[in-house]
Amino acid sequence: MLYLELFIQGLVQGSIYALIALGLTLVYGLLRILHVAHAALFTLGGYIGVIVTNATGSFTLAMVVAMLVVGFAGMLMYKLAYEPLLSQPPYVSLIASIALFIASEEIFRIAFGPYGLSYQTAPLQGHIELFSGFYLKYAEILVMGLSTILMIALAWLSMRTRTGVAWRATVTDPDMARAFGVKIQNVRYLNFFIGSSFAAAAGVLVALLNNLVEPTMGSVASYKALAIIVLGGLGSIRGTLIASLLLGVLESFGTIYIGHLLDRDAIAFAFLILVLMIRPQGLMGGKL
Amino acid sequence: MSYEITLMTTMAISVLFALSLNFITGFCGQISLGHAAFLGAGAYTSAMLSKADVPFLFTIPAAAICAAMLGAIIGLASLRVRHDFLAITTMGVGFLFVGIIRQQDFFGGEIGIAGIPSSGFGKGGFMLICIALALTFAAFSLYVRRSWMGFVFKSIADNEDVTRVLGIDVSRYKLIAFIIGTGTAGVAGALYAHHFRFVGPDSFGFVESISVLAMVIVGGIGSVWGVIFAAALLSVLPMLVQFIDDYKLLFYSGLLFAMMRFSPDGIAGLCTRLFSSIPRRVPDNGGNNR
Repeated sequence: MLYLELFIQGLVQGSIYALIALGLTLVYGLLRILHVAHAALFTLGGYIGVIVTNATGSFTLAMVVAMLVVGFAGMLMYKLAYEPLLSQPPYVSLIASIALFIASEEIFRIAFGPYGLSYQTAPLQGHIELFSGFYLKYAEILVMGLSTILMIALAWLSMRTRTGVAWRATVTDPDMARAFGVKIQNVRYLNFFIGSSFAAAAGVLVALLNNLVEPTMGSVASYKALAIIVLGGLGSIRGTLIASLLLGVLESFGTIYIGHLLDRDAIAFAFLILVLMIRPQGLMGGKL
Repeated sequence: MSYEITLMTTMAISVLFALSLNFITGFCGQISLGHAAFLGAGAYTSAMLSKADVPFLFTIPAAAICAAMLGAIIGLASLRVRHDFLAITTMGVGFLFVGIIRQQDFFGGEIGIAGIPSSGFGKGGFMLICIALALTFAAFSLYVRRSWMGFVFKSIADNEDVTRVLGIDVSRYKLIAFIIGTGTAGVAGALYAHHFRFVGPDSFGFVESISVLAMVIVGGIGSVWGVIFAAALLSVLPMLVQFIDDYKLLFYSGLLFAMMRFSPDGIAGLCTRLFSSIPRRVPDNGGNNR
């Protein structure tokens, strides 16, 4: 029974990771930027979620508002921070992104205080009993359900629509896509919008699970999401999904069985290094 | 006077630490996001030896060897990965180091190691040792850059594949850069431990790794003088801007971002552009650089 419980916990955590890491993968696939500041958007999503829920009492509305606002914030971030740096060597945008992330953590701390915010009355805290002695919180069901729905929506968008075709064409060969009349600029905006709104959804969900948003909630997400997209093979969406769930489950078991040797973050990175030694291109990456 | 001595000591240690990263990232082009782990390895080695009554000066080489051995292992592992994969792997090394230290009572766990004996040279003498070591390594860096090995490093940084085609054992030189850089970081760690007389897992985490990378990049990646200047400035900046206390980190990150946005080749690049009439060409490959 402990195994099943750990496994489910791992899947819940893995779904969150997947939502966060997906945006990073999209950005990396298109622009080859390691977008650390993505975690700032995740935190922003969490804050908007809590504030709107507390103000209006509607969790659904909060989720929608968070996803929209953060989506536009992501586009703005691309326009102001990344676009001017595209012609520079990759470490420049990486450092700029880290700087943005630290600055945003500070802004959250100064604006909303160092101790964070909570829901006045946290929604979806009840639980159902699947079978004897095994409970699942509504919030956890929502996490897994919503992530699945968002992933399917994204898959539909990219495989079944003209926008999706233009998008995939741009990822494969930007110059050729441009020659065929794809507006690269719009694809990049769309990319940042979707990636950021997914991160916002993750932020709202994490805020719900912990019933807390704090300025530093993005730090773990930022480093671990980077580990995940590298594990999945940088830019591979399928790899990212597999790596997220795998890492979620692995951490969940690892903290119980080898927690006295390594803490949670170290387990993730130990696994990452181990995989990279065997497959330097990541789980699903193509040949380097 | 005591305050100035502390300030100078902090500066010297930071300069040494930043130059050690510059050796790997600046000279050899291998980005590292976990360099603080080697500072930590040196600091813990030195701290524990000192607690066991080993004289301070003997703990320095021990710290260097310990950090360099760790560096050699990481270096060997890093040979398999490149570019962004390398950046994240080194970041992982940093987290792994902190994670292991944190969970072992042998290393003092969460609490760290306090009450490290003093160096035995007094504050002034310790400052002179730090400055001497920093200057020695700066001179060594300048020498290496003009040597055959320096040219190989530059060639690897520019284009690894071409260097390999020229018949140069790229892996060997990368490993050398790693060992020298991490060993020096170990020395800086030994000084760090005896300067603050305390080491804990939080002192060697991701923030520390990023700060030192920021010093290298703000200074101008690969430029010895630029890195010395930036390290000296950025290490004491938090103390100089005490008056904006609450906004310190915001100021710091804003500065870093502005630097990347307006002068990605750092202070060194800024000076070159200000004082030379021939504009330097910025590489342009449409954002698809890997």
